[in-house]
Amino acid sequence: MTRTLSAPVTVAFDYTRSTGPVLGRFLTGLRDKVVVGGRTSAGEVVVPPLEYDPVTHEQTADFVEVADVGTVTSWTWVPEPVAGQPFGRPFAFALVTLDGATRPLFHAVDVASPDDISTGMRVRVRWAAERVGHINDIAAFEPLDRPGVEEVAQQPSRNPSTTEPVAGVVTPVSLDYIYAASPEESTFYRGLDEGRILGQRCPSCHKVYVPPRSACPTDGTPTEGEIELSGAGTITTFCIVNVPFLGQKIAPPYVSAYVLLDGADIALLHLILGVPADEVRMGMRVKAVWKPREEWAYSLENIDHFAPTDEPDADYDTYKRHL
Amino acid sequence: MAKQPAAVVGIGQTHHRAKRQDVSMAGLCREAIDRALLDANLTLDDIDAIVVGKAPDLFEGVMMPELFLAESLGAAGKPLLRVHTAGSVGGSTAIVAASLVQSGVHKRVLTVAYEKQSESNAMWALSVPLPFNMPVHAGAGGYFAPHVRSYIRRSGAPTHVGAIVAAKDRNNALKNPYAHLHNEGTTVESVLASTMLWDPIRYDETCPSSDGACALVIVDEDTAKASPNPAWIHGTVMRSESTSAAERDQVNPQASRDAAAYLWKQAGITDPFAEIDAAEIYVPFSWFEPMWLESLGFAGEGEGWQLTESGETAMTGRLPVNCSGGVLSSNPIGASGMLRFGEAALQVRGAAGEHQVDGARRALGHAYGGGSQFFAMWVVGSEKPSS
Repeated sequence: MTRTLSAPVTVAFDYTRSTGPVLGRFLTGLRDKVVVGGRTSAGEVVVPPLEYDPVTHEQTADFVEVADVGTVTSWTWVPEPVAGQPFGRPFAFALVTLDGATRPLFHAVDVASPDDISTGMRVRVRWAAERVGHINDIAAFEPLDRPGVEEVAQQPSRNPSTTEPVAGVVTPVSLDYIYAASPEESTFYRGLDEGRILGQRCPSCHKVYVPPRSACPTDGTPTEGEIELSGAGTITTFCIVNVPFLGQKIAPPYVSAYVLLDGADIALLHLILGVPADEVRMGMRVKAVWKPREEWAYSLENIDHFAPTDEPDADYDTYKRHL
Repeated sequence: MAKQPAAVVGIGQTHHRAKRQDVSMAGLCREAIDRALLDANLTLDDIDAIVVGKAPDLFEGVMMPELFLAESLGAAGKPLLRVHTAGSVGGSTAIVAASLVQSGVHKRVLTVAYEKQSESNAMWALSVPLPFNMPVHAGAGGYFAPHVRSYIRRSGAPTHVGAIVAAKDRNNALKNPYAHLHNEGTTVESVLASTMLWDPIRYDETCPSSDGACALVIVDEDTAKASPNPAWIHGTVMRSESTSAAERDQVNPQASRDAAAYLWKQAGITDPFAEIDAAEIYVPFSWFEPMWLESLGFAGEGEGWQLTESGETAMTGRLPVNCSGGVLSSNPIGASGMLRFGEAALQVRGAAGEHQVDGARRALGHAYGGGSQFFAMWVVGSEKPSS
């Protein structure tokens, strides 16, 4: 058995970018099958245009229409494309200096093998059938000596009649990674899978941490030993969440509370149920309510929630240093 | 060798709005930068180095945005540093910029901080569920609400004090043309009547979500001679602490108290309530005004709310707090700390316009971030520091 538990995480959002007037001009051009560059104070024609001139620092205002035909100035082969790249098959990324420009544009070239591309090769833009004002309006570049292929529309244009300048683009970003728990946390989550709440004590300051820590935040020392806690505790402080938000897992309103388990020196954040939200109090005694055993996993979610017991409230002095 | 004197001679900010869809991130930063340079009577060519700050990259989904922004910020051929300390970043970015001048490394440093919250959703970005854990997180409001409840319990403050802060800051914002919220007619009663979002925090007691930027020009003594009203830096401090340690005081964190004590010592201030003429304190949720008043030493423990309730923190009080409208009226997160630092400088320069405190000579700029774990503060004054 490996020492640590891990699980995949995906963080994804469709970001809404404001382009500003300069990049907006470039993207508006693409929508109309025109490549727009910007002339710098040094006379360079740059595609896409720079937002601000690197010498005068003024916003770019001198726009130049360049050709949709150009020359490969450098390239690299992509043998194993990954998700989100222009093609699911091997292809080239290249720097292409379009006729009329002095600086190259980075984009994909649709060729079958690295033998089919070379520096100095002439290429042309293959326009996407549906253009929305995005860099992907250029589907790819293709060799100039190959017969032109018009991209076939997969679906009708969303808004073919629009003439408004492009002011924004949507950029979906999705990040996949593996979240790894520390060895100490892994012990805690394995305990939960057996219906046990396991803490550890810092050998330097003697505080009991739940979950245990690889480094006590006060001393830097790893916590040690095995301290099993009963699941009974006291609400120190809490918040009633009334606000819905994107990605929320629990339907509001709900009470998110710090529960100081008996025997622990740090409170755990969890959900309170079994009592109307407006009756939850500081000092209220609660106990863990576990999910049915067949639903258990390596997770603090094995504890479905904490519910009040019929004990009297804890004395303020017993939890005030946790506020 | 002692620190070299340094002063703020240029301050610029954007018109903060929920969505600045008319500008890119670069354009937003340049709006603030160009105003700061105009104020300083300098151009980008006069600048030796640039320091940029913003909050988590997840807010705009651009990793290391300083790379693509370099050219637009005028950084080609110059040192460019990026700072990140969560919500306190605007303050710590200004301090890093100041330290480049105070150390004698550079003479004229431009610093800018920004956030373009409309490119995503900060509530989502701050609540991404982690495997194995209980998904009870609910953004910054969900994080801070329990600690506000702790403050109310510890201090015995009447429950309408938060509403007093919110009504004050929203009315102050009416005097600030750059503020995001211009909510006419906000009263304690209207705040109390607003929706409870993260009990005990109401809708009107929370900061808005803003697009905006702030820029400062910080220069050495020689360069400052050309300015009619430099804001001299009398002290700077940054402190941090663990997010979650056993028995950590989240109402009055140790790092905050230590930072304040060191700041007052540097500035030669023994009684901050008497000696500070205006304070710009990072108050994203109304109750943080009394909480930080205590932590900063303006009031004794459990007594901060009395300053608020008695009107001492209003523009007409003895310690005007957040005359600009504060974070409660504009919150471009990465820029919010620098706005506090810049507004403090505007006060001692006598340049705060309608929200000017008459004769302000020394002012505090303050920012905090993360789970109340990062702190950045400075004191600026109208006179050059004596030592």
